[in-house]
Amino acid sequence: MKYVDEFRRPELIGKAREEIRRLIDPSRHYRFMEVCGGHTHAIYRFGLKDLLPRNIELVHGPGCPVCVLPMGRIDDGLALARQPEVIFTAFGDMMRVPGTHGSPLEQKARGVDVRIVYSPADALKIAEANPDRHVLFFAIGFETTAPSTALTLKRARERGIGNFSVFCNHVTIIPAIRAILDSPDMRIDAFIGPGHVSTVIGCRPYEWIARNEKKPIVVSGFEPLDILQAVAMLLRQLRNGEAKVENQYGRVVPWEGNRSALKALAEVFELRPYFEWRGLGFISQSALRIRDEYAEWDAERRFTVPGVRVTDPKAAQCGEVLKGVLQPAQCKLFGKECTPEHPIGALMVSSEGSCAAYYTFEHRKAAVGAP
Amino acid sequence: MSGVARKIRFQDARVEMAHGAGGKASRRLIDGLFAPILFGPSWEPLGDAARVDVGGARLALTTDSFVVHPLRFPGGSIGELAVNGTVNDLAVSGARAVAMVAGYVLEAGLPTEILEAEIRAMAGAAARAGVTIAGGDTKVVEHGKADGMYITTSAVGRVIPDLEISPARVRVGDQVILSGPIGDHGITILLARGELDFEAELRSDTRSVLPLVEALARAAGGAVHWMRDPTRGGVATALNELSLDCGLAIAAEEERIPVRDAVRGACELLGLDPLHIANEGQLIAVVARDSAEAAVAALRETPGGEYASIFGEVIAHPAGAVVVKSAYGGSRIVDMLVGDPLPRIC
Repeated sequence: MKYVDEFRRPELIGKAREEIRRLIDPSRHYRFMEVCGGHTHAIYRFGLKDLLPRNIELVHGPGCPVCVLPMGRIDDGLALARQPEVIFTAFGDMMRVPGTHGSPLEQKARGVDVRIVYSPADALKIAEANPDRHVLFFAIGFETTAPSTALTLKRARERGIGNFSVFCNHVTIIPAIRAILDSPDMRIDAFIGPGHVSTVIGCRPYEWIARNEKKPIVVSGFEPLDILQAVAMLLRQLRNGEAKVENQYGRVVPWEGNRSALKALAEVFELRPYFEWRGLGFISQSALRIRDEYAEWDAERRFTVPGVRVTDPKAAQCGEVLKGVLQPAQCKLFGKECTPEHPIGALMVSSEGSCAAYYTFEHRKAAVGAP
Repeated sequence: MSGVARKIRFQDARVEMAHGAGGKASRRLIDGLFAPILFGPSWEPLGDAARVDVGGARLALTTDSFVVHPLRFPGGSIGELAVNGTVNDLAVSGARAVAMVAGYVLEAGLPTEILEAEIRAMAGAAARAGVTIAGGDTKVVEHGKADGMYITTSAVGRVIPDLEISPARVRVGDQVILSGPIGDHGITILLARGELDFEAELRSDTRSVLPLVEALARAAGGAVHWMRDPTRGGVATALNELSLDCGLAIAAEEERIPVRDAVRGACELLGLDPLHIANEGQLIAVVARDSAEAAVAALRETPGGEYASIFGEVIAHPAGAVVVKSAYGGSRIVDMLVGDPLPRIC
């Protein structure tokens, strides 16, 4: 399969591993954070830890949109979903995320009209096909998915589709990275930069990390070869005493980003003064809300939203795992009370969540000793 | 497991969709609630069919219910599935289906045309599989209560003499064989629902796997230790069940697992693993090493088995787990499916 197989070829993978061995200083320990949940998933899915020297530790970052969403927002969304005229639509990613009274999927099984969509445009189509119902799209994601929400809102306005609204939970990646760097227990040597987000925002927004924090960052693709190459590039920078932004994912990520996507974002959204992140707390200017011009399509203004706030279970250490302070298996609940079947923290829900990825692909390997 | 009184371990307050998805939750429900009440203290791991001896005749008995939306999809329909699914449960238990009865739950308002098409689909599938549909029952429920129609089929089969299928016979070093490309059925259904805005040239693989089982019996006979048709929950769930039931581990080699490009592509796009996707016309067989090549050769000569291959081996550790190794040296644990496979976007 094109664009996939060539990035999984054993001989190329072998070369990348040699390169890593050549660049690594065996006497030191490296901590690299992959910011993006897609990378976390790929690292476990492809078993990349088997391919890296033991003194490279990959630390999982906050870039999993489902994981950082506080439970209160899910409760709010589901409260709206239970109104009889509402059809609740969301990505498959959201469907198993637990609210206080069950996940969207469990609500669906109890008769709430919950539908999985592949894009917000599909939700708008459902609205057009059901003029007597109100279709609510529960929007999640970083700058990767926000442009498609923006374009959908623009289309809804152009076509005057009144029975559609967006419950906006879009967040932005840079403030999350800043929060990680500001955390006092942070010990990260370098960053594997997010791939999909960067297709929209480009590489420039990361320059401050290299400049001010003196941390190398390499924007990376999601195939095994991509991630190994990114690791080699980070090692080379560290060996040379450099700290700069590099783009390993040039086949997809333009340095300047996607201008038309950024324009659509700016037209439809503005920054919220602050937004709550699960595990990280309130972060200022870290999320998007819908501009006044689109108020009619903003579920938070159209409906009375309960504004539920739920504190995370005390024993769950999602915040520490999200910040990379703890590895998933070091959380007290990991694999005991908290499993993919009965997730307590959101990191155990999404397959991009580091706990779910670790649980699914890795931990029994470690527990029993792989062959 | 026999000899010890079994406790009810199922703690969930109510049934959720995940309990029917064929993965972990389904197994917890069966092992934790049904088995301890219905089967009492002496209890063997549940296979796809029950074995009963009646007046010296060795028989196998099974039942399966079919709820699928949409009722028709490229390559098949609920009627065909209902016959093939039950024939296949018997086949992978080492039995040839002889007679079948069917129960229909029909929704008021279902067009007769659709019902007739499904009855004909069942007749055709039964003729192809060599099984007689000997009786049935019909109930009608209110509109909106049965997705058009549900079908339950139950069948009795005669045990194929040369075959002895049990997880207890599985040994370290046994080879794991797949009869053909995986994921066709599940991805076809996902796309046929029309909720995802893309298309692929794919058809459900629904068919009777009995010819494949008979080919295995002829070529390898007693060297065939275990079989399963990897339906809901896919190959990953079937192999995890095997590893739990036999107390060993399965090591699979990713590049030797047959998957069509269209299925791989859809899975890459949707963030799904082909190993978790349902099949309706494939089987997994665990065969003693010495007979494995002959078994594959026999499958390849049988219609539906052209792409059969050895893709894994039974190993000792990590017991109870399935490890998939990639061509480039990475490895991962593949667990049972939790709930239905859901597309991953963000």
